[in-house]
Amino acid sequence: MSDSETSLPLDGWHRARGARMVAFAGYQMPIQYEGIIAEHLWTRDSAGLFDVSHMGQLIIAGAGAEKGLESLLPADLALLRDGRLRYSLLLNEEGGIIDDLMVTRRGDHFYIVVNGATKEGDIAHFEARLPRPIVVDHMKEQALLALQGPKAVDALSRLAPGVEDLGFMTGAAFEIGGARAWISRSGYTGEDGFEISILDRDADKVADLLAEQPEVKPIGLGARDSLRLEAGLPLYGHDLGQDTTPVEADLGFALSKRRRAEGGYPGWHRIAQELADGPIRKRVGLAVEGRQPVREGAIMVDGEGNEVGKVTSGGFSPSLEAPIAMAYVPLAHAVEGKKVSLASRGKIFTGTVTPMPFVPHRYQRKGAPK
Amino acid sequence: MSVYYTREHEWVRVDGDSATVGITDFAQGQLGDVVFVEVPEAGRTVARGGEAAVVESVKAASDVYAPVSGTVIEGNQAVVDEPSLVNTDPEGEGWFFRLTLSDNHELSELMSADQYKSYCEDQ
Repeated sequence: MSDSETSLPLDGWHRARGARMVAFAGYQMPIQYEGIIAEHLWTRDSAGLFDVSHMGQLIIAGAGAEKGLESLLPADLALLRDGRLRYSLLLNEEGGIIDDLMVTRRGDHFYIVVNGATKEGDIAHFEARLPRPIVVDHMKEQALLALQGPKAVDALSRLAPGVEDLGFMTGAAFEIGGARAWISRSGYTGEDGFEISILDRDADKVADLLAEQPEVKPIGLGARDSLRLEAGLPLYGHDLGQDTTPVEADLGFALSKRRRAEGGYPGWHRIAQELADGPIRKRVGLAVEGRQPVREGAIMVDGEGNEVGKVTSGGFSPSLEAPIAMAYVPLAHAVEGKKVSLASRGKIFTGTVTPMPFVPHRYQRKGAPK
Repeated sequence: MSVYYTREHEWVRVDGDSATVGITDFAQGQLGDVVFVEVPEAGRTVARGGEAAVVESVKAASDVYAPVSGTVIEGNQAVVDEPSLVNTDPEGEGWFFRLTLSDNHELSELMSADQYKSYCEDQ
């Protein structure tokens, strides 16, 4: 059985609701239900339910886990309090990004969520580099749902009272419909919302409960991509990779203050140098003139037609009703308002460097005000 | 008037020596929400199987090929202004361009509605 035939716990659930399924990250996943634009706008306006069970959920436990993880990630885990999440990066020796991830301190262990397409490599990387007695457990029997949007808190607090008190980037254990769940206030759409980790065997029941709420509709991968692009959030394998550094990717916030000074993680020398002198190129947002989208793979050209940069994500923004993109451009061009020329489909397009997010984030940093 | 179909999911409605071209309902369903359309200008000659128009959805860009050779009479400005017409009425208001046929024999290479229907069922 090849990876492309692997199905996730909610496979039948998606199909029964009319999802169009596509191969993604080695799984069959729903790309859309009623249509990407409608699903996108529903999430921005109400609440969308996303199945992200393809992502890897790991437990890293054992004496020395904090120090061990700090040798692989640039996060300050000593500062990370119980029940708190951090966005971090698994780095290679050249400072390139092996994966981006969320790490949570959960009692005596760390809970880590990594990308679906990279999880096997990540696990091998952790296992090869973390010394005994640290253990890496891949929670293969665990599903992951995301409920995102301004009304996510209304829907979820009805089923799991208390979630409304979580602040952005915090999590705790709850019960939902009798099932044990780890719920955090986090996500990848730029909206307020939650991520809900449950056992595979509870996934259908919990997804039904959530989808029965009047605020909630199931949302496919297509809208997940357009939502994260509007939110200015990079997608691994497109905007981030083994040959991009956190400084180039404009992810300096993931390089904590103490770790910038002390180092002790892979690629620190290059990263410290780029922080001091500036990187050669940088990830920026682009507003593209006209209506035609400029997509991943389009080339930024100079006046002589030489390649000087590239578009790593691009599409049509349903919220702005205009094409937007992320690109790596020479540092001199990474300035708000700079115009860049992009070659795509035999034409030249003009993009203007624009601050990200393209659509403002609406995270609830201190719990939901009521 | 007869309607013919291509393997690339264009339709062509023939009326005498002129024809109207668009993409099929199956094609718009596969593309999803259409956000951009580019149509050829009047007077442009197009060759059978050559690129004639562009259609882009939120997720993907596609070329629309000329099902038959000819000279463009008119591009449909309505779909340029309102690309979602391709989703809501692909084989009506959502047409792409009209052309004068240069070789009626090319039509014999295309599929009938019944042939196209079974072709889609195999997709």
